[in-house]
Amino acid sequence: MSGPYLLRRLGFAVAVMWAAFTVSFVVLYLLPGDPVATMAAGSSDGEPVTAAQLDALRARYGLDQPLPVQYLHKLGAALHGDLGTSFATGQDVRGAIGDALPPTVQLALCGLLFAVVFGAVVALVATYTRSRWLSQLLMGLPSLAVSLPVFWVGLMLVQLFSFRLGLLPSVGARGVQSLILPAITLGLPPGALIAQVLAKSMTQALDEPYVTTARAKGVGPGAVHLHHALGNAVIPALTVFGYVVGNLLAGSVVVETVFTRPGLGRLTVTSVGVQDIPVVQGVVLFAASVFVLVNLLVDLLYPLLDPRIANAVPA
Amino acid sequence: MTELLDRGPERADPASPPISPLADDRRERLARLGRFLRRRPGLVVSVLVIVFVLLSAFVPSLFAPGDPAFAVPAQKLRPPGSGHWLGTDYLGRDEWTRVVHGASLSLQATVIAVAVALFVGGLIGLLSGFAGGWVDEVLMRVVDVMLAIPPILMSLALITALGFGTVKVAIAVGVASVANFARVMRAETMRVRRTAYVEAARSVGTRWWVTLGRHVLPNAAGPVTVLAVLEFGLAILAVSSLSFLGYGAPPPAPEWGSLVAEGRNYLATSWWLCTMPGVAIAATVLSVNRVSRALDGEWERAR
Repeated sequence: MSGPYLLRRLGFAVAVMWAAFTVSFVVLYLLPGDPVATMAAGSSDGEPVTAAQLDALRARYGLDQPLPVQYLHKLGAALHGDLGTSFATGQDVRGAIGDALPPTVQLALCGLLFAVVFGAVVALVATYTRSRWLSQLLMGLPSLAVSLPVFWVGLMLVQLFSFRLGLLPSVGARGVQSLILPAITLGLPPGALIAQVLAKSMTQALDEPYVTTARAKGVGPGAVHLHHALGNAVIPALTVFGYVVGNLLAGSVVVETVFTRPGLGRLTVTSVGVQDIPVVQGVVLFAASVFVLVNLLVDLLYPLLDPRIANAVPA
Repeated sequence: MTELLDRGPERADPASPPISPLADDRRERLARLGRFLRRRPGLVVSVLVIVFVLLSAFVPSLFAPGDPAFAVPAQKLRPPGSGHWLGTDYLGRDEWTRVVHGASLSLQATVIAVAVALFVGGLIGLLSGFAGGWVDEVLMRVVDVMLAIPPILMSLALITALGFGTVKVAIAVGVASVANFARVMRAETMRVRRTAYVEAARSVGTRWWVTLGRHVLPNAAGPVTVLAVLEFGLAILAVSSLSFLGYGAPPPAPEWGSLVAEGRNYLATSWWLCTMPGVAIAATVLSVNRVSRALDGEWERAR
């Protein structure tokens, strides 16, 4: 792996993070809406809030400063890992995200596992089978899966497996069993995406001369499919990996609400509800950093999987 | 001069049919449309579903003459049957009436979302592709960043700042999908900018904004339109998700997402309350996706 390739990727990652901070700052702090008034109205139990109290609150959170000053101040703090304190609870934002993270990571990993298995099985069987109707059925599955609202799929699964069949718990986060339905709900849309991309690149790979060569040498159809074609077809499918992981995080917002699970998604939903700007910004930044990190990893993985990229002369 | 410009796009596309006398052309096209649709029953059903949903949105009383807020507490939580053929909810309101009337708010939000994305994204893409240079560089970096933030989180950040309500949710969803439109529009603009007719327009001294409006925009619009139809389906999903989370219209206004959320508390006993609005969303999105696939070259490829 060449040094310039690595440096260029790293530089891009840092630039995206800085820009994500700026975009979220612009969205959250420049748009109209007075979080301090909302916060004060919520905490004072209906008593009218005086202008002096509002000013004191603004001063406490640094909201009385001019916007460029606020921006630089917050950017400097964010560089040191300080994302501010929550308006609603007064808790450190980094701490709040850290507390909410473990159940979400657990859920996201299970969702990812389901997505990869589902996507790979659908794509491989659809391109392997000789039966036309099975192949068409499997190829139609992903476009069906991305057209269904995620929250509705979750509720229908609960309806069927919890209330009708009584097999799995409907809500909560206790034990492995309570993880199955949320993971399927979360993993279905990214799984459909993986299936679509992988099926397409598999079809392309199976048309390549090296597949014909392998067949002519007498390699069995299974080995050609899994060894020769899949190895090459995986590389384009990796491109969507960053997107998939970023969206698992976003999907947890809906899935955790449907299944009443604790986690980052629930934290986001409650924070949006009370206009808790620092927490929302923290979550957005966290999601962007996960996206950037996963893409960086994928970029670093490419040369290992495909020597042509590693040996290419940078333009 | 005008003739040269008008024929430009046809020359660029070798697949376009040969020009024939007008009357013949029309009859042949109708016959071709008939053949095209007969072989695609799914597409016909999709178009019918969309027509039905659009009618429900604009004239809901056509299919459901009742008031969606009219409640008969004595008849609450009735299962689907005669009289209430999608059942009734926890206050005794007719679910069919609520789903039909819900189309109005849900579709309104979707149309606003797509319009915002199309207009803002299209403008960014057009400017970026047409101006090139550092303008292009700056705008595309902004778009890259927007793509790094998952759309639903972007929408949630916007809702945090803007507040709740159907229109605000719609704007939030629209802004979150600006990036895709900007990319496609930029790519198309750059393609069209290099064509002979744009060069010809420039060489005769046409002002740049006239070139942009009369030559570049109409010829770059095709793929963006397909994207807009596709985005329509995604926007229905996004809008109903946010409405499900409770950021949409306040109750008792019916919205597809909030209808599912209301039914959630009665999931164990009254399955129809969650199921039916969800079926409406799924059917609409599937139909829209099918039509967008038909628009995306299926017509041209079918001979």
